[in-house]
Amino acid sequence: MDWLGPEEWQAVALSLRVSLWATLASLPFGLLCAFALARWSFPGKQLLNGLVHLPLILPPVVTGYLLLLTFGTRGPLGGPLDAIGITFAFRWTGAALAAAIMAFPLMVRAIRLSVEAVDPKLEEAAATLGATRIRIFATVTLPLILPGIVAGAVLAFAKAMGEFGATITFVSNIPGQTQTIPSAIYAFLQVPGKEDAALKLVTVSVAVAMLALLLSEYVSRTVARRVGGR
Amino acid sequence: MTLSVRMRHRFAERRLDVAFEAPPGITVLFGRSGAGKTTIVNAVAGLLKPDEARIAIDGRVLCDTASGTNLPPQRRRLGYIFQEPRLFPHMTVRRNLMYGHRLAPAGVTRPDPDRIIGLLGISALLDRRPGTLSGGERQRVAIGRALLSAPGLILADEPLSSLDEARKAEVMPYFEWLRDELSIPMLYVTHSASEVARLATTVVAIDNGKVLRQGPAGEVLSDPAVTPLGARAAGAVLETRVVRTHPDGISELDASGLRLFLPDVGQPDGARVRVQIAAHDVMLSRSRPTDISALNILPCTITGIRLGGGPGALVQLRAGENMLLARITRRSVEALGLTTGDSVFALLKAVSISKANVADVLTDL
Repeated sequence: MDWLGPEEWQAVALSLRVSLWATLASLPFGLLCAFALARWSFPGKQLLNGLVHLPLILPPVVTGYLLLLTFGTRGPLGGPLDAIGITFAFRWTGAALAAAIMAFPLMVRAIRLSVEAVDPKLEEAAATLGATRIRIFATVTLPLILPGIVAGAVLAFAKAMGEFGATITFVSNIPGQTQTIPSAIYAFLQVPGKEDAALKLVTVSVAVAMLALLLSEYVSRTVARRVGGR
Repeated sequence: MTLSVRMRHRFAERRLDVAFEAPPGITVLFGRSGAGKTTIVNAVAGLLKPDEARIAIDGRVLCDTASGTNLPPQRRRLGYIFQEPRLFPHMTVRRNLMYGHRLAPAGVTRPDPDRIIGLLGISALLDRRPGTLSGGERQRVAIGRALLSAPGLILADEPLSSLDEARKAEVMPYFEWLRDELSIPMLYVTHSASEVARLATTVVAIDNGKVLRQGPAGEVLSDPAVTPLGARAAGAVLETRVVRTHPDGISELDASGLRLFLPDVGQPDGARVRVQIAAHDVMLSRSRPTDISALNILPCTITGIRLGGGPGALVQLRAGENMLLARITRRSVEALGLTTGDSVFALLKAVSISKANVADVLTDL
């Protein structure tokens, strides 16, 4: 892809890496949260629900600043993690963390809806046939919520690709380190004569987002047909 | 093998306090909807934890609240046939059928899948998914899935009620086959009198959270005490044998000495046939009527009369070894001066017994 300069290419590659990690790393937590909210009853459930959805409503700059306070090298979580070699502040890992947090509500929502759509009666039937809880989850529940997991993951990936406010607040805008596509577009627009580069990245952004949507639609349709018993 | 159940449970401001035994064959839990039948079955399945219970199959205790035993459903070894088939939508019919088969504990004799599949007539469906099957096919697959898990007990909760009449007729014979073939008990929930009449070996009539009557089907269904469960439900069930079918299309049946004449039952001579005679189809007469169209005039002795709150009355009759039930008006009881011990004649129009009231018994008992 010659038409992308090394600087732009760097931003695209970083964005893909950040979004992929953000999605994969948050998937287990997203699954757990979705199950907790859909199936379990426990004290503080509403609090968890609020907490999960908070990044959706808070100004991204606030989320980013809170991340900086918490996961900065002197933050209550960032300090100890830094001591064992996991650093978030001003690193691409921090960009991934910010993107994961911002995309989390979308992921949980999609998975939760699919969990709620699973008829617990099917799981009961599996139990009467001799299946343990783990087997029921692996053979009945998981295959049935697969469309929701795929939809949630793709949605989260697309959201992570576009995350800007929280990322730039938390990990700044360092080329090659934390400069994702949106940050790069923003930086290029601040410099006269860089509009071309900005426009190229805008094109990439649109293409990736469109591709993600089409892919999610296709996958969830295929899986839904299978799960629907036809 | 015999299932014994004793349980107390409170649910939705109702109380359930029942004790009964289910020997091999079909034990029907019979009663109005909301009587607690499904609650009992779910407690036996382990899907619900009863307040106080002891549930055991012979010596194997499934649940004993006194000693704190409560096996989870997957360790109870049961085949549960639900009202809606509950097939796994993402699996083929074959994988659905084999789901429990693979999970049966070692040392248990597993039924041969090919034989079960053949008997249920579902071999053409194996590679299809449940979403493409008809209601009757789905329920047959569900029966197969339950059987193949090598259960020690079968539970069926209104397995026919979600099917239309044609599908019911398609699936019903398989339950008759189960009843006659299996040596394990089956607990079958229904509020349909015709299912009770066709399928039940033993009936446990439940009302208001209590066991109203339990015993062999013929006895319980002809017991006037059971009629509050629905006037239409009242009736007798006779075990008969086809003597011959006459050229004019009338079958002659023998019910331990009693002769019955019905429209062609479509069974060969010598076949065993179960006949349900609804109480409202039976008329009574003090003397043997002559010049009457009814083909069946049965001499009986009155063994009990129950007057309801309304204008109706139920008269329990004994004809040889058979119990019959007649639903007549209180006015007729008074006009004829009927009392327990009287000899009367029960009149039954042959045509009032339709095919739906007649079931063939596949094997000799």
